[in-house]
Amino acid sequence: MTRYPRWKFFLLMAVLFVCGLYALPNLFPDAPAVQISSAKAGGVVSDSASQRVLRQLDQAGLEHGPGEHIDGGSWLVRFSDNDSQLRARELLAGSLGDDYVVALNLAPTTPGWLRAIGASPMNLGLDLRGGVHFLLQVDMDAVVNQRMEAWAGQIKLALKNEGIRYRDVQQDGQQLRVQFANSEDADSARTLLRNALPEFSLDSEPEQRVLVFNLNPTALKEMQDYAVDQNRTALNNRVNELGVAEPVVQRQGADRIVVQLPGVQDAAQARRILGRTATLEFRLVNQDYPASRAATGVAPPGTEIFPFRSQGDRPVILDRAKIATGDEVTNAQMGFDPQNGTPQVNVSLDSAGARRMQRVTSQNVGNPMAVLFIETKTEMRSRTNENGETEQVPVSTTDRYVINVATIQDTLGSRFRITGLDSPAEASELALLLRAGSLAAPVTIIEERTIGPSLGAENIEAGLKSMALGMVLVLVFMLVWYKVFGIFANVALVGNLLIIVGIMSLIPGATLTLPGIAGIVLTVGMAVDANVLIYERIREELKKGVRPRQAIDEGYAKAFSTILDANITTMIVAVILFSAGTGSVQGFAVTLFIGILSSMFTAIVGTRAMVEMVYGRGARPPAKLSI
Amino acid sequence: MSNKAPFSINFLGIRRVFAALSIILVIGSIGLLATQGLNLGMDFTGGTSVVAKGENEVIIDDVRSALEGTPFEEATVVRYGSPRDISIRVPTLNDMPADQVGPRLTEVVESKLPGVKVLQVEFVGPQVGDELRDESGLALLMALGLMLVYVWFRFTNKFGVATVVALLHDVIIVLGLFSLTRWTFDLTVLAAVLALIGYSLNDSIVVADRIRENFRDTRETDPEKIINGSLNETLSRTINTSFTTLLVLIALFFFGGEVMRAFSEALLVGIAVGTYSSIYVVTNMLFLMKVDKQDFIIPEKKEVDDMP
Repeated sequence: MTRYPRWKFFLLMAVLFVCGLYALPNLFPDAPAVQISSAKAGGVVSDSASQRVLRQLDQAGLEHGPGEHIDGGSWLVRFSDNDSQLRARELLAGSLGDDYVVALNLAPTTPGWLRAIGASPMNLGLDLRGGVHFLLQVDMDAVVNQRMEAWAGQIKLALKNEGIRYRDVQQDGQQLRVQFANSEDADSARTLLRNALPEFSLDSEPEQRVLVFNLNPTALKEMQDYAVDQNRTALNNRVNELGVAEPVVQRQGADRIVVQLPGVQDAAQARRILGRTATLEFRLVNQDYPASRAATGVAPPGTEIFPFRSQGDRPVILDRAKIATGDEVTNAQMGFDPQNGTPQVNVSLDSAGARRMQRVTSQNVGNPMAVLFIETKTEMRSRTNENGETEQVPVSTTDRYVINVATIQDTLGSRFRITGLDSPAEASELALLLRAGSLAAPVTIIEERTIGPSLGAENIEAGLKSMALGMVLVLVFMLVWYKVFGIFANVALVGNLLIIVGIMSLIPGATLTLPGIAGIVLTVGMAVDANVLIYERIREELKKGVRPRQAIDEGYAKAFSTILDANITTMIVAVILFSAGTGSVQGFAVTLFIGILSSMFTAIVGTRAMVEMVYGRGARPPAKLSI
Repeated sequence: MSNKAPFSINFLGIRRVFAALSIILVIGSIGLLATQGLNLGMDFTGGTSVVAKGENEVIIDDVRSALEGTPFEEATVVRYGSPRDISIRVPTLNDMPADQVGPRLTEVVESKLPGVKVLQVEFVGPQVGDELRDESGLALLMALGLMLVYVWFRFTNKFGVATVVALLHDVIIVLGLFSLTRWTFDLTVLAAVLALIGYSLNDSIVVADRIRENFRDTRETDPEKIINGSLNETLSRTINTSFTTLLVLIALFFFGGEVMRAFSEALLVGIAVGTYSSIYVVTNMLFLMKVDKQDFIIPEKKEVDDMP
């Protein structure tokens, strides 16, 4: 028998040691905790605030940890159980007010030396830890339409500036048609517009007197990418404002965004905050026309008419020009009017907005200014299409109304307040939306999965139970059927499990889901296949009268190509499943793939090493194998 | 050769009976799939599903009567694991925005049924459902296609055809069973079917490999004897591997909870069928194609003299 290479022993030991080390943190279950962070970007939790929190928790009789500062200026208190965690959050959310965000979190209990080498427990999917999963569809048509309208305006302006007369500029999908009275005008506009609109390609003359511009696919894609990224950023800000620990906000495909909020139980609030596209505009109230003019509904030039919500939707005429918009808001906090106790939002503007605000208000002291509230709502509506089928399409409606008209008392700068809000809840939501920024395009929720935390715990238990039972059944079977060689296979199987858990914990993006656990369980059953193949071969060789050591060699050598086949087919399937599946099913593909690789390693290299240790070292070759 | 096999069962004596059985099952399955299709889960159809738990046993009829007179009369109410758990599934409604169904249904359930709490709400928009359905069908075809390519590289024609037919046989019968029983076919079941594709092919390859090896290595010329010997030699491996896999699936079936039930059902049936097909379908196909020793003689390089 050839000597078994020593480096394989070392490799085996090294892999087991590293994976074992990184699998260790999973033995330390996360502790329920409440995380407190400042509502201001970059703000920190002050010592006085944290002392106050600890006092309140003591008064409420809640058992708690000493509290600790964590990354990003947040502060965290641990609790012994979920119940006191939930009670603590309710208590603190009420008492800390708007300056701090109170969120449920899980604090790692991994010992410091393990954290120092970057070891952490596996990420658990939402089906195991509870939470809400949303898939949001960005309304691309709205994005395109908005931009196309802007371009149409640009064309008109350019033609006007050059003194070229045109009949009409029409927008048709991703196409702009500019009509002229005669072909001379069209000719003179051609070069001008071609240079002014690099994002478009000029259609080869379908007819004279008309120029047709088609939006380039690259420009369209850029526009859509920008809208989706902008939305992702805004959603990310909102989710952070909601106080969710470890949220996921990711782009998926061309026009979708996945939002995962672990631990969130109030899906309704999350849904409301995510989908809202509320923003504000500050405009001057136009006083050149009498109120009767407003009642006609036809706006005089340069103005627009909007209802004043708190005054029975009385129409108000506003100037078209905006002094400032919600996009220029740098900070917004809910507060209360010190005089009458009504809710208000304190707003800070950026420098551009503040400059304009200052200039306009200084010239208009004594005149009224209005705050215009703009909100786009998108709903899925049923519609019958041309084939007579019912389909659901997103329909966006925009509400605009005046929430407040106030006389400008003095020159306003970068900071002022907005009143006229219905309730503290509305004020707080408006403040949140202004802080987080508006969405570049309306979104609709097209998929939602909410898993309660108790169901998540049940799923973990079910997964672990079936894994333990499956494992024990297989271990017993292998021991009874293959005796000492069965023990080798069993040790390899346990090592295999260790490697899977270690690798899953090592890969930062890998997430364990319930189907993922099923993948591990299935690998446990299929992993011994390699050993079964090898051992059956060894038995056959022994029956043929081959000497034990040679039988071992033959068994491992002859079974190898079959084992490889078996695993390649399943690996192909795992890759397909990963690319086609979503969320939890991808978790299955991941564990299946890792499980196959590690089981090949342990079942071939691992058992061989053990066989060598027992049957290979002695001076005399073994007379019999226990197989 | 037969002296080394641990078993000496005459598998091929009744191969015609099993050939008939397989043909009937496959045709029956295709017929079922064509006429009544699969009971597709919410992942593929879109709609809303709610899982709720009561403090005590929840009576299904109570839930149904609670939903009467609400927009959710069409809902499917079924038990979900324990007697305290129920699942309510509502198809996409025409007169209600799809993302509103979950919250409103939760309200109805929790207000009309005291003690019942909603644990889980899932809503899949109709367009997402359509896409998942298309993607899943594509994944299934892609998996089968790639297996075909793999087998084509791995085997001579006759063995390749035999293993692929065995693979299709297994997948069609499992899908047929899901059609017959109206078990819900969702994403996790699809994952199970794909896992089955890998498993079934592997099982057939092990058997086919041995048959090929024996055709090359023995003096025996009777294909029937060679194949029967090969089946006996690989029998304990075939049974042992299937058995250990079945053991873990049984554990999943009983303890994996409701989510994993359909997954383990699909694989339990699939592996039983796959084990059978690796023995009978592969060999029947080989006989049908009249495999013999000639197929395994390594061809000598041809002279170019057959060119004019």
